[in-house]
Amino acid sequence: MSIQFKTIKDLSTMLKNKDISNKELVQDTYSLIKSNVHLNAFVTLNEEMSLKKAEELDKNKFSGNLAGIPIAQKDLFCTKDLRTTCGSKMLSNFIPPYSATVIENLENAGCISIGKTNMDEFAMGSSNETSFYGNVANPWGSNLVPGGSSGGSAAAVAAGIVSAATGTDTGGSIRQPASLCGITGLKPTYGRISRWGMIAFASSLDQAGPMARTAEDCAIMLNEMCSHDLKDTTSLDEEIPDFTSDLSTSIKGLKIGIVKEFDLSMLDNSVAQVFEESKKHYESLGAEFVEISLPNISLSVPTYYVVAPAECSSNLSRFDGVKFGKRCENPQNLEDLYIRTRSEGFGDEVKRRILIGSYVLSAGFYDAYYKKAQQVRRLIKNDFDNAFKKVDTIMTPTTRGAAFSSGSKGDDPIQMYLEDLFTIPANLAGLPALSIPNGMVDGKPIGLQLIGNFLQESKLLQIAHNFQISTDWHLKTPSEDIN
Amino acid sequence: MSWETVIGLEIHVQLSTESKLFSGGSTGFGAEPNTHVDLIDMGLPGVLPVANKDAFYKAIRFGLATNAEINQTSSFDRKNYFYPDLPKGYQITQMGMPIVGKGSLKIMVEDQEKIINITRAHLEEDAGKSIHDLFEGETGVDLNRAGTPLLEIVSEPEISNAKEAVAYFKAVKQLVTFLDICDGIMAQGSMRCDVNISMKKAEDKELGTRAEIKNLNSFKFIEKAINFEIERQIRVIESGESVVQETRLYDSIKNETRSMRSKEEANDYRYFPCPDLLPVVITDEELNEIKENLPELPGQKEKRYISEANLDESEAKIISSSKTMANMFEDACSKTNDSKLVANWLVGDISALLNKDNIDIEDSKLTSNNFATLIERISDKTISGKIGKSVLEEIWESGNDVDNIIKEKGLVQIQDESILENIANKIINDNPGQVEAYRGGKDKLFGFFVGQVMKETQGKANPQSVNEILRKLLD
Repeated sequence: MSIQFKTIKDLSTMLKNKDISNKELVQDTYSLIKSNVHLNAFVTLNEEMSLKKAEELDKNKFSGNLAGIPIAQKDLFCTKDLRTTCGSKMLSNFIPPYSATVIENLENAGCISIGKTNMDEFAMGSSNETSFYGNVANPWGSNLVPGGSSGGSAAAVAAGIVSAATGTDTGGSIRQPASLCGITGLKPTYGRISRWGMIAFASSLDQAGPMARTAEDCAIMLNEMCSHDLKDTTSLDEEIPDFTSDLSTSIKGLKIGIVKEFDLSMLDNSVAQVFEESKKHYESLGAEFVEISLPNISLSVPTYYVVAPAECSSNLSRFDGVKFGKRCENPQNLEDLYIRTRSEGFGDEVKRRILIGSYVLSAGFYDAYYKKAQQVRRLIKNDFDNAFKKVDTIMTPTTRGAAFSSGSKGDDPIQMYLEDLFTIPANLAGLPALSIPNGMVDGKPIGLQLIGNFLQESKLLQIAHNFQISTDWHLKTPSEDIN
Repeated sequence: MSWETVIGLEIHVQLSTESKLFSGGSTGFGAEPNTHVDLIDMGLPGVLPVANKDAFYKAIRFGLATNAEINQTSSFDRKNYFYPDLPKGYQITQMGMPIVGKGSLKIMVEDQEKIINITRAHLEEDAGKSIHDLFEGETGVDLNRAGTPLLEIVSEPEISNAKEAVAYFKAVKQLVTFLDICDGIMAQGSMRCDVNISMKKAEDKELGTRAEIKNLNSFKFIEKAINFEIERQIRVIESGESVVQETRLYDSIKNETRSMRSKEEANDYRYFPCPDLLPVVITDEELNEIKENLPELPGQKEKRYISEANLDESEAKIISSSKTMANMFEDACSKTNDSKLVANWLVGDISALLNKDNIDIEDSKLTSNNFATLIERISDKTISGKIGKSVLEEIWESGNDVDNIIKEKGLVQIQDESILENIANKIINDNPGQVEAYRGGKDKLFGFFVGQVMKETQGKANPQSVNEILRKLLD
């Protein structure tokens, strides 16, 4: 029985019924990885350890909720004794002595970390074209980008190699690739999932989350990923519900907000049309639509491109060639060590953002840029607070269009930055948001974004699950000839 | 022309917490390089800091003792710069919202009281150490110290000369050791200071351009560096040039300060709020608990010594001025009823030895235990006070144990009256002329007989008994 395109739920049932052994499941997963090697979705595989763990599971029954499920881990999470590159040449030799809390949580639930997925370097990019380990191809068309930065994770799920993967989302890095690859991806409330062991890009925005074929699988993953972690002071000390329990509850009477300020006429006709059809579908499920205003939303992208680079310029200072990671050959003196290590170790996009970040934090510019951006961020958060007095969720397209071809935006960082137009606001406000497949444009999937109020992941997953049990967009798979 | 010197001090006090400011790593001194370093201290990718509440509690003690504002909500910022012993490429410090706000401290300079205002005191992590002299052509990095909590105490520019600066530094040292928040061991770098110094004419309202002398770690160097710098700045100004705003280093061997970097070369530290740490909130309950459990301070001790231990004011002042001496006093008093005796030793012989060697008591070989034993042996009459002095001198040189010294040198006091009486009789028989003269009215000769008995017993005779026996035999 093929394991391709199966959900976590499917695979768990197969394992329980002994239709397949844990070892066979892992072996089949590696076969799929190898037959899809052209996707370049993985940077490092964990084959030996995974087979060993599967054999143990075959011998000793384990009742964890993810027992035996192969999961692809974004290569931004530190994995003990398993190389973690963060998509960068800088960390091409970095083998962490510890694992991220998310990884530990998932592995404690019995999952098998099958390998580390490719990503934009240090999660900076929206097309997976900034990875030192090469572009990732979108399973829906090998000339198409999978989105980024969690492009490898999205591609691995979309190609049916794994049922689920981990991602991280700083400005849309889970939702945008989920949209472009036709899968479901959730960015939880900031603080829901511990950041311990996540290599930081922009600490006040970074949040890990699940990427899977269905909202239900995202809920199953989220149940295991969340924890209140004393090692991360920004980790929330809030009750963690069973995210699967309300999935099937009807959404009759649900109030969905449509953002007045998002002019959908700027989108491709067909994207706007898909969005309208989803609205109609939700209406048929009993939801009602309310126009809401987010007056400062147009400032999201510029605000983000001050805050995120500022934090990254500081977070990436530790990569200096002194303690770990790459060091340039034969440094002549300290300055030479720093300059060459960082010039050789970082790619162009990372350097660009470090420069922007250093600039906006520097004496004389701090007030005009960083401080102002933080003030605007507060205004955007207030806009959402006001909106959520009127609605249960806010609905937008996830992206402006479907997957674009690789190289098409390479020369224009601003165009690339606008990829995250719809996704960035949720990061700035720290709110949960997810993307589900809601249609096709020119044979390519696109996604619908739902933004929820603080800690309302259960509600988002319920709204998404209601959509998925009454539509089949999430069941579409890339056509045979591409695969 | 007469110049006024304006000095401000930034004192870094290493807080005596068990673990580091943001990790569980040990703060122990003197370990093998890079053995007190955990993932967080190393700044590994993906690690996050968690603030150590104990460091806040200790900082608050300082704030309370200096009548300072305590900011119950305080936060951390990042100070960004590259250096090999700074693992993350930034130092976490409190720029915007320090835990301790404006306060003040009283100092004494040549019997004159002066109040020095304190601008702020904030928490920050220490860097590691770069070791330049161990590896040929290479630099070693020891991260043991990285992440150790520091309280940086910033004074207002209200200090007028080197003597005041030293007095202020000593006052801070006294306070932090009494508060039990720092061990005060200068040789291990537990206290270091940066000195900001500028000159102005008496009539000028505005301050002159300042230079900062970095990283001074002894009273002597603070005084010498300031005095050198004052002369240098006056020389510069009087030769028609102007003082450059810069950072200078003091070279203790050449006794001079040298330019390290100018303002133009200064780092732009790109401070911004640390996104990994939420503001730390101290509750009213926590604050009250710290207030109620504040250790006794010198002034309080002084009063108690006067009222409870019957000391006079000057004795009480001297003993309560040093944490170590106060501890010694209290330890020794538990071994005797005679607190005056203890005080006499500390204020008399011991203070004289300290002055002679120009050291603080914690830098001497006399331990509190050994001193208490010395007092005990004197008050139980094992040795006489006079022998006690020679025992003290011996301890001062060797640090040897009191009981060992008494045993090895056979210094036990002769208490047996029959032995003393025999000796006294012998002295009387050997000196018939003096006996006759004494009995004839030369009372002063009594001292001669006491001296002879003491000489015969090598000072070990109990003087009181000798007096009594001689009176009995002679009168």
